[in-house]
Amino acid sequence: MIHPSPSAAAGRPSTGALLHRFANPGRFLRLSRWLFPLLSIAAIVCLAAGLGLGLFFSPADWQQGDAVRIMYVHVPMAILASSGYAALALCGLLSLVWKHPLADLAAMEIGPVGAVVTALCLATGSLWGKPMWGAWWVWDARLTSVLVLFFLYLGHIALIRAFDDPQRGFRAASILAIAGVIDLPIIKFSVAWWNTLHQPDSITLTHAPSMAMSMLVPLAISFAGFALGFAALVTGRLEAAILEHRAQQILTRRAGARA
Amino acid sequence: MVLSLFLCVLARDLRLALRHGTDTLAALLFFLLCGSLFPLALGPSPDLLHRMAPGIIWVCALLATLLPLDRMFGAELEDGSLDHLLLVGLPPALVALAKILAHWLTTGLPLLIMAAPLSLMLGGKGSDIAPLLAGLALGTPLLSLIGGMAAGLVLGARRGGVLLPLLVLPLATPVLIFGAAASDATVPGTGHGIELDWLGAFLALALPSCPLAAGSGLRAATA
Repeated sequence: MIHPSPSAAAGRPSTGALLHRFANPGRFLRLSRWLFPLLSIAAIVCLAAGLGLGLFFSPADWQQGDAVRIMYVHVPMAILASSGYAALALCGLLSLVWKHPLADLAAMEIGPVGAVVTALCLATGSLWGKPMWGAWWVWDARLTSVLVLFFLYLGHIALIRAFDDPQRGFRAASILAIAGVIDLPIIKFSVAWWNTLHQPDSITLTHAPSMAMSMLVPLAISFAGFALGFAALVTGRLEAAILEHRAQQILTRRAGARA
Repeated sequence: MVLSLFLCVLARDLRLALRHGTDTLAALLFFLLCGSLFPLALGPSPDLLHRMAPGIIWVCALLATLLPLDRMFGAELEDGSLDHLLLVGLPPALVALAKILAHWLTTGLPLLIMAAPLSLMLGGKGSDIAPLLAGLALGTPLLSLIGGMAAGLVLGARRGGVLLPLLVLPLATPVLIFGAAASDATVPGTGHGIELDWLGAFLALALPSCPLAAGSGLRAATA
């Protein structure tokens, strides 16, 4: 920061100051005015390139044939489903600890997008499972834990909208999101802890990927596309939610002035 | 001081449960009825029932603990006595813990006692009962804690009763999986150690955190 904020000058920790720079809805609206189109365009470009490369130009797998191309949708969806929930829990933490006003609205908007992503992850996984494993669904540890994640998303969506006082919904949903985080390590490590039908991770941070570059590059590009798309949807929905909130305030004020 | 207040709240809840005996027994009756429906639907084959008994008992126990959750704090929010309970000088988390403990004593403990006869009815042998009870003894307090947290969070929500299972069931799946695995004596060589360890670990995690979450819900509902 160029200008030290008053709280930092007073010797207090400035984490809150940095956090609250983006807590101002007006500042967020100015940011999202250019960020939203930028994210959307980048997402469309990456998706066109990644999915185009993956579906038409990447080689078929020597074992799985053309069915491997489901991977270019399934893997990004799976990563985004867990990251989306992690984001939800982070919003919950920001809301509970720092009472960050945008974190509550963000949690409200991340929920439905994350639930759809998780549903798509389950659907594409099922479509992939039928030709490879011979079954639409197996009660495998990873599949089951992602299904539980889907239900956690649904519970969060229902809870955050269930109260007449929105603040109560935000608070309850924050606690639920943090409690549900216990499912994320179970998903991550289920393929390592239990001997399951789902294949173990091909891409890890510590080892070289056990995947050909001709498949990895389209996968990385389509993942970037889906991630940017996720961010664009959340930014757009957040912008709409703030504007809706403002419109309601103006209407209430007008109604009050008339009465 | 805190302990005696805690015991007072607990005794009050137990006395209320005793006075409303039919309401308290409803969960237990549900457990037995639900358990005896399975042989009717699956057929009376002893082998099949013996293999499925731990799973059936665990699912029935999970559903039976859900039944009284709606009234756990709801009844007292409606008649206003929840405000009084929060004013007696106990932190909200301890009020929640007392009510969760009362829920376990009136629902979990009777389930634990009736699980042995139900297991025998479902074709269980004498040697199956010890692992089943060990799993349930760790699992039912865990279910009460998770349920109490959810009941505190949905307090005052529209359609809270519908919302409750949606919140409890996903969080209770690890309990169900490890509990049923710990009780499953039909798979040889699996041992009962690791699953019970996991249940104990979950219980150690839930015991301090669930009452805190439920307490924050109580405070928000009465504010």
